[in-house]
Amino acid sequence: MRHTLAVLVENNPGVLARVAGLFSRRGFNIDSLAVGRTERPDVSRMTIVVEGDDRVLEQVTKQLHKLVDVIKINDVTPEEYVDRELVLIKVSCDPARRGEIMQVADVFRARIVDLGRKTITVECTGNDGKINAFEESLRPYGIKELVRTGKIAMLRGNRSTSLDDKKDEE
Amino acid sequence: MEMTVAQALIRCLELEGVEVVFGYPGGAILPVYDALCRSGNIKHVLVRHEQGAVHAADAYARATGRVGVVLATSGPGATNLVTGIANACMDSIPLVLITGQVPTSQVGTDAFQEVDITGITMPITKHNYLVKDAGRLPALIRNAFHIASTGRPGPVLVDLPKDVAVETINFEYPKTVRLRGYKPTYTGHRTKVKEAAELMMNSERPVIYAGGGILNSHATAELVELAEILSAPVTNTFMGLSGFPGDHPLFLGMLGLHGTRYANLAVTHCDLLIALGARFDDRVTGKISGFAPNAAVIHVDIDPAEIGKNVRVHVPIVGDVKQVLRAVLAQVKKKDRSGWLEQVGQWKAQYPLTYDRDGSFKPQAVIEKLYRHTRGEAVVATDVGQHQMWVAQYFRFKNPGTLISSGGLGAMGFGLPAAVGAQIGLPDRLVILVTGDGSIQMTMQELATAVDQKLPIKIFILNNSGLGMVRQLQEFYCEGRYMATRFGFVPDFALLAKAYGVAGHTVRSEDDLDRLLPEVLASPEMVIVNCLVDPEENVSPMVPAGRGIDEAIDC
Repeated sequence: MRHTLAVLVENNPGVLARVAGLFSRRGFNIDSLAVGRTERPDVSRMTIVVEGDDRVLEQVTKQLHKLVDVIKINDVTPEEYVDRELVLIKVSCDPARRGEIMQVADVFRARIVDLGRKTITVECTGNDGKINAFEESLRPYGIKELVRTGKIAMLRGNRSTSLDDKKDEE
Repeated sequence: MEMTVAQALIRCLELEGVEVVFGYPGGAILPVYDALCRSGNIKHVLVRHEQGAVHAADAYARATGRVGVVLATSGPGATNLVTGIANACMDSIPLVLITGQVPTSQVGTDAFQEVDITGITMPITKHNYLVKDAGRLPALIRNAFHIASTGRPGPVLVDLPKDVAVETINFEYPKTVRLRGYKPTYTGHRTKVKEAAELMMNSERPVIYAGGGILNSHATAELVELAEILSAPVTNTFMGLSGFPGDHPLFLGMLGLHGTRYANLAVTHCDLLIALGARFDDRVTGKISGFAPNAAVIHVDIDPAEIGKNVRVHVPIVGDVKQVLRAVLAQVKKKDRSGWLEQVGQWKAQYPLTYDRDGSFKPQAVIEKLYRHTRGEAVVATDVGQHQMWVAQYFRFKNPGTLISSGGLGAMGFGLPAAVGAQIGLPDRLVILVTGDGSIQMTMQELATAVDQKLPIKIFILNNSGLGMVRQLQEFYCEGRYMATRFGFVPDFALLAKAYGVAGHTVRSEDDLDRLLPEVLASPEMVIVNCLVDPEENVSPMVPAGRGIDEAIDC
């Protein structure tokens, strides 16, 4: 089963290497990993999608917790959450077929971000399924280049995975 | 107070109560050595190779319960530490290692003697730091000692660029440690402790399986009390040896690959396995599905990641073994289990540890005699291989922390520098090194350190002119095709002793050894005893690869 972990880490140099190294040396499979700043400058957030059964997930979580730079881990999978990914796709395209591709983009609420003489570049955000479907729709036109950011996720409503100042800071 | 970062570092060490550091100087660590020189409050032990420094500091920590401290320079100085750091990490030993680094402006340029030691040691340290901000140094050192010595102990490395070391800062040592990602749990969960106590009271055939955590949390007294209240036999992992008195009637010796048959049988037939500060290592469990197949498992460990890692656990308790045992002891009552103890006693009588007494000079006999002559009152450092297993089997450790050996990593070459570190930590105790001719040749240069420091270590080399443990593996797993396990040349260790200006003896029989031992053990100086033992001897019993621990064979 696939799990999405929201991992809060100290914004220290090397923290990404520590986490990535842990996954590789313990043989855990990462589907995707996205890392960036949060509402606090001293804390970064990693969204890690990991494949494995409950036992693997338990080990992943416990081993992550052993890293001194890891502050908090939340498995959001069983919760209600919003997840998004962004993709940039560069498609081969003669000016004559631009309209067709723009129609596809419209359907997925994607945006054209660049036009070349023989290419068109589109950007699309959404969850896994949408991005995959968008990718498939563009494949027949000839995808020249594709890059995905990896998933980020956030709990819905009042719940959050941020640091609880009283509890986590003591 | 204004001072350089290097001086601040030494001041931090003083404030942490550090009395001894083990090290080797070099260019990038120069400012730190200069500050050390000007302080004069900390003894520096100059080794002959950085690996010697880290093993010595590791053994010093094991022997004294304090944090071992190492200084080394950048590049090769730092990489020479790697085996020792991995060793300390595997065995959960608290170390703080300070390495010099090339100046910040040169970091990342492949400068002379530059190596990314924080990158290299990431998987083998509990944590590490590269100091970039001079003002943070005191806080980082405070953190390093805190992380190394609390929770599940381990090595912490601090890499200090040379330019940062000479910066001036306003020194202030932080009073508290603030690490939001690091909060070890010491007290066991109340409900779990209660469940554990109930299981203990209800079980018919309990066995206590106790590992190195007993020693780290100084829980020997509680362990003995629990065993006696429950009438539960106790087996130790290799790391746990000396954590339970070796001559106690409830003691089963070591379990696992080269464990006693009766320990392995007791574990196989128990209905409750009480795992304390142990991690179900593959050398302990053998075929994992056959390990304690009928038992409920209580697992107490300070490291939550160890619980449920290798086996399914019925009652997991994260906490300090000593504290958890105290809580458990308040809830259990004396229970008679004479039937179970009788059964265990029968196994003990039926399958004692034994070896062929065919008149040749047996290595096991050396250990038995060392035990008899010291009555177990010695600190025994070992290297890795057959001699190590014979020490585990035949030396009955009396006092906690008196076996100093490389368990998890199994690093040959640990022994001699470890004996150095142990003797420095315990200057008034008898420190014995039991090693092999293979192991000692890996770090033999530290003989000079031992002589230099005037350490009265007693070195016993079980010399079989080769690599006995691997030879044994080749006998069983390679149909006797011996490859690279016999040395074409072995130095004369008694003569070598002469080169170092200490006494050396070559011993060829048990009688010779008996005659020699009182004099050797009473000597105020270092002595090397070269024991030319039967080179064909095997460690027995042995659980063949992939089998359950109740399927051991005699070899």
